[in-house]
Amino acid sequence: MAPKLNVYVTEETVPGAGDGPLAGRSVGVKDNISTKGIRTTCGSRMLADYVPPYDATVVKRLTEAGATITGKTNMDEFGMGTTTETSAFGPTRNPVDPTRVPGGSSGGSAAAVAAGETDLALGSDTGGSVRCPAAFCGVVGIKPTYGLVSRYGLVAYANSLEQIGPLAPTVSEAAELLDVIAGPDERDATTRYDDREGHPAETATYADAADGDVDGLSIGVCTELVEGADDRVAERFEAAVDELVAQGAEAKEVSLPSVETAVQAYYVIATSEASSNLARFDGVRYGQSGGYDDNWNQAFADSRASFGPEVKRRILLGTFALSAGYQDRYYRKAQDARAWIRRDFDETFDEVDVVASPTMPVLPFELGESLSDPLTMYLADANTTPVNLANLPAVSVPAGRADGLPVGLQLVGPRFGEKTIIRAASAVDA
Amino acid sequence: MSTQASAERADLAVVIGLEVHVQLETDTKIFCGCSTTAKEDEAPNSRTCPVCLGLPGALPAVNEAAVEAAVRVGKALDAEIAPETRFHRKNYFYPDLPKNFQISQYDAPICRDGSIEVSVEGERREVVIRRAHLEEDPGSIVHAGGSIDTADYTLVDYNRAGTPLMEIVTEPDFRSPDETRAFLAKLEEVLEYLSIFDGGRDGSLRIDANVSLVPATEVADDGTIDKETLAAANRTEVKNISSHKGAEKALAYEVTRQRNAIKRGRAIDQETRHWDESRGITVSMRAKEEEKDYRYFDEADIPPLQVADWRERLSIPELPDARRERFREEYGLDNEAAAKLTSTKQVADFYEDVAGEFDPGLAATWVADVLLGELNYRDMGVADVADRLGEVVTLIRLVDKEEITRKNAEEQVLRSMLDEGVDPETVIEREGLGTADEDEVVVAVREAIDANPGAVADYHDGEDGALNYLVGQVMGATGGTADPGTVNERLRATLAEANEG
Ligand SMILES: [Zn+2]
Repeated sequence: MAPKLNVYVTEETVPGAGDGPLAGRSVGVKDNISTKGIRTTCGSRMLADYVPPYDATVVKRLTEAGATITGKTNMDEFGMGTTTETSAFGPTRNPVDPTRVPGGSSGGSAAAVAAGETDLALGSDTGGSVRCPAAFCGVVGIKPTYGLVSRYGLVAYANSLEQIGPLAPTVSEAAELLDVIAGPDERDATTRYDDREGHPAETATYADAADGDVDGLSIGVCTELVEGADDRVAERFEAAVDELVAQGAEAKEVSLPSVETAVQAYYVIATSEASSNLARFDGVRYGQSGGYDDNWNQAFADSRASFGPEVKRRILLGTFALSAGYQDRYYRKAQDARAWIRRDFDETFDEVDVVASPTMPVLPFELGESLSDPLTMYLADANTTPVNLANLPAVSVPAGRADGLPVGLQLVGPRFGEKTIIRAASAVDA
Repeated sequence: MSTQASAERADLAVVIGLEVHVQLETDTKIFCGCSTTAKEDEAPNSRTCPVCLGLPGALPAVNEAAVEAAVRVGKALDAEIAPETRFHRKNYFYPDLPKNFQISQYDAPICRDGSIEVSVEGERREVVIRRAHLEEDPGSIVHAGGSIDTADYTLVDYNRAGTPLMEIVTEPDFRSPDETRAFLAKLEEVLEYLSIFDGGRDGSLRIDANVSLVPATEVADDGTIDKETLAAANRTEVKNISSHKGAEKALAYEVTRQRNAIKRGRAIDQETRHWDESRGITVSMRAKEEEKDYRYFDEADIPPLQVADWRERLSIPELPDARRERFREEYGLDNEAAAKLTSTKQVADFYEDVAGEFDPGLAATWVADVLLGELNYRDMGVADVADRLGEVVTLIRLVDKEEITRKNAEEQVLRSMLDEGVDPETVIEREGLGTADEDEVVVAVREAIDANPGAVADYHDGEDGALNYLVGQVMGATGGTADPGTVNERLRATLAEANEG
């Protein structure tokens, strides 16, 4: 079954050490997370032969916890996609329906878990890249608060937005994996939290929070994010919320008008950062050389022809958005929207414990359906991107199926409120 | 100066502003744990790690020592220090730049509005420092077999990449190349006093200068020039200057070149020029560079660092001007000795150690004249013998206790110490330079009297030279180890006894 699904770019086993909390468990690692001695391609031809000389912090933590790494999972090139179809190593198929995409960009990780190829997996989430494939493949995915998990070794797409997150069949297993990877890292300065209080992961045990107890939990249903959803998706979403209410939670509608700017703000900020983060791939040390005949700039440009069309599109967009004369109109304006979204969430969390919405407003696309229409693909990120812009934690948990296809429920928590969203989500999949 | 030259000088005033890149002396690089010190014969790219190589996924972690150094510079320049330090990305493609962006500080420099006072030919002038910010040094590139135009290929070495740099930008306050030299020498001196700068390190100082000429009538009485005049003047940017002496030469050349062009009625092109030190000229960079857009934006991997209380927390040592003044007052030194003894912090510290134990005047002679003189003769500085200054103190102490003569100490022991790397006791022992003891002097005096009856007779006849002759004989017999005063005394006493007896 594996070759047909195409979940791995590189299948290679790295045994864990000793008998830590993940002893006996297998973990797939997204192919943008550096593994010493194992090529790390980011789904790109540019890095097809790149073998990192060092392990990402999360990879070290995995093997120290006893987990066995099963391989490097397929992904959209540099994380730029919602379907895993922009990978230079071919698309991954959805195990639930192989004619459909698994979502993206961590599609290989989600499909591997859904198909039972591996017990657990790591993805990375820049604008929904863990939650979207979790929702499409019917598994659990967590996007942690920015700064909870070290990004050291994660090849950057948009570094102010992304976090590494766990994918697993159940909420409690995802939380166990989060316990292993979360925590401060001196190599990632953004994991510093507060000198007095320390890092939240030092005292929290996320797996213990998966107790299914939602008695008294207040859920804010975000009207803006439900309105745009496909009816079949909205129906499953409402049923899931009703189920939580039946278990003792309270639900009420909340409005966050700022989130309607999220997709636009996200694509400006993410592409701006990407234009800088991907600049180092110039054919000197990675990818195909640009040749020696003309000047340096021409050689750089020639080498960068090996990026796929989606990566090129985003680099061009980002370069434009940061350019003199346009930066105020695009990049600065997007930062203003980002600040607004953050304030909107802050105010909402004064009233409710979690904010709920469908993870994806649509059911999984058919293979090839969205490639020709990037704008439709971008709009599918409407519900996930606000969370990255606000640096908040969110979980996608399976909320049943519509037309035989999985639907995900997204629960967003306040900053470092992982325990709250894990508790709430565990009541859904219990 | 001919009258014609004076007339031209009166017509045009020189306007120069500097951008100075200084490598900060920290143990490790600005964003990783790699050493900043080049090992001898190190292989290219050996002193690197994923961070300074800019490998995918590696993240910068700020070395607080670099930020502390920058705060100290800010204090020494009497600058404002921003309460929060932030970093930005400066995006451009160049092979020596591992990430094709440089982490720098754009609109939030750590220091702004400082100043340095320089004096040129007795006239004091204040140079305003507009801003000073931190950034990472790129790697270095080697054009194999020639220049950028002729090389077959180019090699990149990232050993230097990530060395902390401070870019110090002045207002266009310089009115002559001499002033830039005085300023840069002063800046080096101050940085050296802060123990964050090693002028001997290759690439430790890199200077870009903006040069233009404006009608002299536009210069106000206080030396200022209004902004419109400055903006209207065509400037050249001179790059590749690496020392204060080089700055004076390069800028003198460039000023003359512009003056001559204007005299011949030619316009000055707004361009970047390269200082060719070996030819002593500035040359236009071949490709005219277009206005660069660096697409600066926030470096999100480095959270803002709160440094509001660092200014208070971090102390800086007494700076050269203040120390010079104090040396004059406290130790009664003249200007020249005070200047020599404060030329570097290490010399000044050593002098104060010595002056604490011995007479300050004697200490000044020993340090400024004897030690610096001998070191200078050998093309060395105090830094080269930093770990042996204790031995020099030992030597001075031996002279002070009259266990060795000053002449032998200076002319034999110190020189052997410097040339052979041996300690003073070893030289004294080996050469038998210890002061002759009483008995030895008594014997030598007796022998000199017995062997030179003529001189003795002359002495008794009142010939002054006779005693000096006998002293010389005794000194010769003791190998110069006797104290001439003691010999003199002993001779007189013995000769008097002999006369009576
Ligand atoms: Zn390094």
